[in-house]
Parts: sequence; structure tokens; C-alpha cells
Amino acid sequence: MSARRIFARPARFAAIAPYVWMALFFLVPFAFVLKISLSQTAIAQPPYEPVFDLTAGWEALRGALAALSIDNFRLLVSDDIYVFAYVRSLTVALTATALLLLIGYPIAYGMARLPKRWQAVAMVLVIVPFWTSFLIRIYAWINILQHDGLLNQVLLALHLVREPVVWLSTDTAMYIGIVYSYLPFMILPLYATLAKMEPALEEAASDLGAPPWQVFWLVTFPLSLPGVGAGVLLCFIPIVGEFVIPDLLAGSNSLMIGQTLWLEFFTNKDWPVASAAAIVLLVVLLVPLLLYERLQKRQLEQGR
Amino acid sequence: MRKVPRLSRFNIASLALGLAFLYLPILILVIYSFNASRLVTVWGGWSLRWYHEFFNDRAMIEAAWMSLRVAVSSATIATLLGTLAAIALSRGERFRGRTLFSGMLYAPLVMPEVITGLSLLLLFVALNAERGFWTVTIAHTTLTMCFVAVVVQSRLGSLDRSLEEAAMDLGCDPVRAFVSVTLPLIAPAIVAGWMLAFTLSLDDLVIASFTTGPGAATLPIRIYSEVRLGVKPEINAICTLVIALIAVVIVIASLASKLSSSQGESAAPL
Repeated sequence: MSARRIFARPARFAAIAPYVWMALFFLVPFAFVLKISLSQTAIAQPPYEPVFDLTAGWEALRGALAALSIDNFRLLVSDDIYVFAYVRSLTVALTATALLLLIGYPIAYGMARLPKRWQAVAMVLVIVPFWTSFLIRIYAWINILQHDGLLNQVLLALHLVREPVVWLSTDTAMYIGIVYSYLPFMILPLYATLAKMEPALEEAASDLGAPPWQVFWLVTFPLSLPGVGAGVLLCFIPIVGEFVIPDLLAGSNSLMIGQTLWLEFFTNKDWPVASAAAIVLLVVLLVPLLLYERLQKRQLEQGR
Repeated sequence: MRKVPRLSRFNIASLALGLAFLYLPILILVIYSFNASRLVTVWGGWSLRWYHEFFNDRAMIEAAWMSLRVAVSSATIATLLGTLAAIALSRGERFRGRTLFSGMLYAPLVMPEVITGLSLLLLFVALNAERGFWTVTIAHTTLTMCFVAVVVQSRLGSLDRSLEEAAMDLGCDPVRAFVSVTLPLIAPAIVAGWMLAFTLSLDDLVIASFTTGPGAATLPIRIYSEVRLGVKPEINAICTLVIALIAVVIVIASLASKLSSSQGESAAPL
């Protein structure tokens, strides 16, 4: 038996504790979300009718199954507010991801072209903002974008505008906030693939007479597609469910699904509808989530 | 033939603009935290007034203390569990339930926080658990152990496995080989993982809002409720203190990863 296989046996035992933890605190909770999304709203604490009570025996369980209701899901489909929220979440996430790719790609490309030792510095510089608080970074933008904030002061001083522009509570502010917060998530996977690329390939293309834009489109970009895929998924999925950024920077007349879920839960105290909204959100994200899982696994398990 | 690809003017400009975009807002926030004026937008000279205000704000201090306690305990548990998970995934070869296991580990990395928060809250309510310090700690552990697992796993993946095998050929049993050969080599990644877990926990608003109970607000929850009412210089001061704390953490983490790169390939800081 090889050393590798002997080593594998105790390594497997290491899985037990994290396995149990994740099953208990990640998998099981989804069963509760599903269960409560199927129950009726009640004015009580907790505010829903219990669906299953396993101690009450088989008859009671049958009765409970009969009482299951898909009313919450029906509400989600029939009420415009929710449909709009889903459509808006997807549009915002798509637009923001496209912006991120457009802004992140040149930065990642520039990083990959730096001399080797400067690449490490640039990478640290990109990662550091990721470590500072999300909320603080959004707050920093509120400082800048508010009515008498720095941006308006600069614009006024340069005579680019006559009077202060309303930035806060607009979609522009929200997109700035999203791009700002998620930029490192886009840059890093792009940089990882671009840095691994063999420079000789680009040189060969240009030696053979391809103009720079053609070198880019026919050689560089296709080769960086795995990085593009990872960056896009890494941004798109969490943005769809984003709550803090639209809540603090966008106007309140059109909500994203993360916000409606939050409102249903904290303001309306309608836990069953909030749970149903979470289930629908999860279903919408299922395909990108599965794609992301496959990518992540391939990257970590094949080694780099 | 040139080996190093040429750095065009376009490359330099996009790098410079990108970095300015990333850093200017934070810089402005920090500078204005030292502003003497009550108006956040008018410069009234340097002052520590808002820091003073913060240290006299009982509710804020309590929230900060709660956040620190949660961050330290959840990061510690998460580092333990995440490291174990990384070992199982990168050294365990095939085992039953492996696909489900790695699926559960990677999903929280991108799962929208509202879903994770809501589902954990429903669990805690069903278990009749008293919500507060421990529920938030459990929630943050669940989220952050995944990040720790990724950091440690990428380090384990880049290690030369013949080192472990040599130790075993020389008579170590697997556990001994791991403790005396592998563990010292991945220690910097474990430290970096702890730091990442700590800052993620300190940062989290959404999951903490769902899983905490009345009277146990964390710092982001307090900051959020203040920010909703508008910009206040005191918030700038608090944010600056948090940034300073995180900066210290980053310096330690990067020293740790420098230590690791001097021993071999560099560990991914993410």
C-alpha cells in the first residue's frame, strides 16, 4: 500500500467534525426554510403555524400534510411587487457584472503585465480593500455622494455643473457601490488566468502580423475565459441577493429581492412569505451556483 | 526576443485609475474622521473630537465589544473546522459523501447572505435557542470556515507531497508525519485563514441581524442603524478605528504569508 493511501485514511477522519457542523448549520436550516415557506402566516411567536410535529404520531402528520399550503408561493407569483423584485435583481446583477468585467479586465490585464515582483505588490493592493468592511466602504461612498459631498463640491468648483447633482438614492449610486465592493472578486480570478498565460502566444500572433486588437480578441481573451467565468459567477450570484448596497445607496421605489425578503421578515414579520422568497431566490440561483461549484472544485483539486 | 511582455501606456493608466478608485473613498473617510467641524463636508481643522465622542458612547462601545468577542471565538472555531475540512479534501482521496461535503463547503462562499441568515434563524427558533452571542458565533463560524478551508486547501495543494511520504518511509505514522512535517508548512495559511475569518465576522451585517436577539447588537448593526439616518462624523471615527484594526490584522497575515513563501511557493492570501 502506498504511503499516499495510508495517509488518506486518518485524513478522512478529519472530515467528521466539519461535516457534522455543515450538515447541522447549513443543510438542515434549508429544510426549515422549505417547511416554513409552506406554512400559514400566523400572528404568534414565532409567527407561523407549525407544519410538522413528529411527536404527535402518524395521524397528526397526515393532517399536517393536508394543511401544507403553497399560498405563499402563489402570492409571490401573483403579486407584482415580488415579480418586479426578481426581475430587477437579475437586471441589476447582470448590468453590474458586465460593468465589473469591463472595469476589472483592464486592471487585471495591467497587473499580469507588470514585472513579477510588482505583480505581488499589486495583488496585495487589490486584496486589501476586500479585507476592510463592506459596510464601511459603502459608508465611504455616502460621504462622497451626498448632496454637499465631495463629488458635488468638485463638480461645482470645476464649473461642470451649475447646482449640486442628486447622486444618493439613485441607481447610479447603487452601481458605483456594487462595482466598488465587488471589484476585487472580479480582478483576482481574471488576474490568475492572465498571469499564467504564456506570453509567447501573444508574441507569435503579433509576429505573424495580427494587429493588437486582433491579438487580444483571438488569443488573449479566449485563453482567459476560465477566469472570466469564475469572476462573473463570483460577482453575479451574491449581487442577485444583495441587500446592504441597494438599501443604502439606491432609491426605495424599486426594490431588489434581498430587500423585499428583509422587509417581509423584519418589518412585516411575515416569515412564511420571506422563506418562500428565499426558496425562489435559491431556485433562480441554482444553475449559476452549480456552475460555480464545479469551477471551484476543479480549480482546487487539480492543483494550480 | 523579449521575455517580459511590454507594459503599454493603457496598462499603466488602467492600473493607476483602478487603484485610485479602490483607495480614494477610504482615504477621504479617514481624513474626515479628524475633521473638527460637525458638518461632514466642511473642513474645520484637525481634531480628535469624534473619537472622544465614540469612547463616551456606551451603546457603541458595547456593540464593538460584542463584535470583537464574536469575531475571536467564531474565527477560532472556524479555523479548527476549516483546517480539518481542507485536510480531508486534499489528502483524504475518495470517501463516501465527498461530493456533498465539498458542495456544502463551497456554497456559502457565494450564497446570498439573506438566505444563509434567514435559514439559520429559522433553525435557532425551531431549536428554541436563546438568540445572542452564541447564535451569532455559530452563524459566523458556518460562514467563515468555508473561507478558511479554501485558503488552507490551496496551500496544501501546492505542497510537495513527497515530504510527507518521505517522513512515513522513515517510520512516522501518518498522524506524526502530519504534525511534524505538514502542519509547520501550512501554519502560515492557517494564520491567514484565522485573520480572514476574523475580519469577515467583524464585517458582517446581514447574517448577524438575522441571528442575534434583542439587546445583543454587533458593531455593524449599530453602524447600519446610524448610517440609515445619515452621515455622522462619529461614524467616520468608528470606521477609521475598524480600518486601523483590520490594517494591523493584514500586516500580521502578510508577515505570516511571507514566512510561508520563504519556505516554498507563496500561499494565496485569499
